[in-house]
Amino acid sequence: MEHNHITLPEGSIEKTTTTLNIGPTHPATHGVFQNIMEVDGERIVSSDQTVGYIHRAFEKLAERRPLYQITPITDRLNYCSSPINNMGWHITCEKFLQIETPKRVDYLRVIIMELARISDHLICNSIVGVDTGAYTGFLYVMQYRELIYEIYEEICGSRLTTNIGRIGGFERNFTNTAFTKLEKFLNEYPKVLKEFESLFTRNRIFMERTQGTGGISAARAMNYGFTGPNLRAAGVDYDVRVHQPYSSYQDFNFTVPVGTTGDNYDRFLVRNAEMWESISIIRQAYEKVQAFKGAEAEVYHADVPEYYLPKKEDVYTKMEALIWHFKIIMGEIDLPKGQIYCPVEGGNGELGFYLISDGGRTPFRLHFRRPCFIYYQAYPELIKGGMLSDAVVTMSSLNLIAGELDA
Amino acid sequence: MSLNNEMIQEKLIAKFGDQVSNFATSYGMLSFESPKEINLKVLQFLYDEPNLKFTFLTDICAVNYPDQKGAELVVVYHLHNLKENIRVRYSVSTSLENTDVYTATKLFESANWMERETYDFFGINFVGHPNLKRILNVDEMDYFPLRKEFPLEDQTRIDKDDEMFGRG
Amino acid sequence: MRPVRFNIHPKEAEIADAIGMGKAPDGVPGDGFFATQLSSVVGLARKNSLWPLPFATSCCGIEFMATMASHYDLSRFGSERVGFSPRQCDLLMVMGTIAKKMAPVLRQVYIQMAEPRWVIAVGACASSGGIFDTYSVLQGIDQVIPVDVYVPGCPPRPEAIIDGFMKIQDLVGQESIRRRNSEQYKALLNSYGIQ
Repeated sequence: MEHNHITLPEGSIEKTTTTLNIGPTHPATHGVFQNIMEVDGERIVSSDQTVGYIHRAFEKLAERRPLYQITPITDRLNYCSSPINNMGWHITCEKFLQIETPKRVDYLRVIIMELARISDHLICNSIVGVDTGAYTGFLYVMQYRELIYEIYEEICGSRLTTNIGRIGGFERNFTNTAFTKLEKFLNEYPKVLKEFESLFTRNRIFMERTQGTGGISAARAMNYGFTGPNLRAAGVDYDVRVHQPYSSYQDFNFTVPVGTTGDNYDRFLVRNAEMWESISIIRQAYEKVQAFKGAEAEVYHADVPEYYLPKKEDVYTKMEALIWHFKIIMGEIDLPKGQIYCPVEGGNGELGFYLISDGGRTPFRLHFRRPCFIYYQAYPELIKGGMLSDAVVTMSSLNLIAGELDA
Repeated sequence: MSLNNEMIQEKLIAKFGDQVSNFATSYGMLSFESPKEINLKVLQFLYDEPNLKFTFLTDICAVNYPDQKGAELVVVYHLHNLKENIRVRYSVSTSLENTDVYTATKLFESANWMERETYDFFGINFVGHPNLKRILNVDEMDYFPLRKEFPLEDQTRIDKDDEMFGRG
Repeated sequence: MRPVRFNIHPKEAEIADAIGMGKAPDGVPGDGFFATQLSSVVGLARKNSLWPLPFATSCCGIEFMATMASHYDLSRFGSERVGFSPRQCDLLMVMGTIAKKMAPVLRQVYIQMAEPRWVIAVGACASSGGIFDTYSVLQGIDQVIPVDVYVPGCPPRPEAIIDGFMKIQDLVGQESIRRRNSEQYKALLNSYGIQ
């Protein structure tokens, strides 16, 4: 009997590997990334990435805006933890303009930033769960992310892209409802996190899927510019909150969890451990906030009329306030000359703001150091030689946020 | 013995003499410049020198100063010594006519995409880069959008009335 | 051992107005039959079993995740199955900024979808470019594909996304069966250079 072989046309090269395209719109990429992989069976031989599918020209846009109008742009960098970006930008501005913020503002900021870190890690870890086949964790913890969003809503009126705070502090004081909601979160969330952990951490399937996949050594990770939980999972205890404390992080007692192998499992564990630390930091900050008495307990912004919008009642009744209101809204305040680089510990790494001012009203140049843009280059090295299905898990455990990556 | 800005400055001057210049400290961070030809030597020195060990590249970006004739484009490196926890800012400038700058990809893997981004935005030609092509914008783009001479908005769009947006 | 007892005082759930069946279309009911227009029946079936294709690129996609997850639960509206294959889906939900680099991809996905297909633009960016009036962002997806419903917001709350989804359901329910063959519809697609 004759076999019908497919005969290749004359001159064609016989390839032993297959080219596989994943993305830019693909459920496994969780964002708009394109990966073109050479696979031998299910093993990845090499891969190449394309990014830039939602490049929005943040840096050019920022050159046109006064400082306070840049906050909404930072929201849209890493939108899973936008309050950290907002605060990071405000802290950069305050350092640049040499504004001292009151301690209470710092502590309130810490509460918000740690809530944001929890919501960021929560999404990342539950998505790792989804990619290893456990949808339950995701559906379960998403319910509790809503609690965090409710707290944001109580403070600034928005859920996701928060635009929270102003240069110098917050736009309004935290209400009692906000604190009640915070207490509710602090009471309920640890149980949920515990359950979430017991669902995954010693789960045989999960361990088999994540241990030993997507690993990177500490030296390579540093060479690739890893920061944040991904670097800590590789065993380097670099955390901007400790190394270069901002917003009074030096007043808090917390540990920096580190992993050893830098694989997907370690990244998962480090994020989980960080959530526990965040809860403890929030508790400490909440205690410190409660300890303020009298007039101090009402402070929610620094006294910087040049940059902090006056109260609406004052605008209608006081000349001084009206002038400041006008000047701020019209963006008519000249900035000092100078350059500053200010990093904060974002949800997925060191988020830096490099601000150059030439004395104009808008930044001359503003560059964002976006952590996931920098560490996504390591992806081909992380997945090389591994299975295709592990590449998907590696991608989600890196916590790549397309909006931040493409700026 | 902890490292401080003065020590870094002394070491750099001892090695490169007057080729490194414009030392300044702003907001606690030391910044300095050098001619673009020796950028790799300076980076390598900062990387290898036992007491300096700036082995972490935080960031590369560029800035366009249209008024500085002959040095319109400035490439800025932010380096970090994680152990001593100290950062420096190092910059080299280049003219618009000849935008060649040596690549740092041999030293830092992370420089790869940062340099591609800088090329994409400012058109700086990193000599020796393994894969220097646009990263964020479409390949067909024929200008470098972050240079000051180019406008922010897309000039071909017809649906937005500039006068209504205060740009008439 | 506790005796097994049935609840002899059952409490009626107060669901008189809260939960209802889908309303039957106008028609003639009779013994064992119900006569109505074919398009109404098809519309009723289609609108309650839409398969969305989430084309989520940025922030709005995260709000869509919340919409899909347990708290807001989009599956109550008959779209339990979120498909990622354009061939199988009826509703393209575009959430997030579409850059010029992404525009051809979006168009390709739209072309791959089978008729009848609907499009919902979620959020300011998808509707008009939003705050990103820049060289790299498409100023609204209606420049490359036709859109049925726009949802405003940056990002819209999950309730707003659900509201937009219900607007689509209304459109789907009332669509005549031959609309996709009409000259007007062909002219619309031609104006986008599709087909």
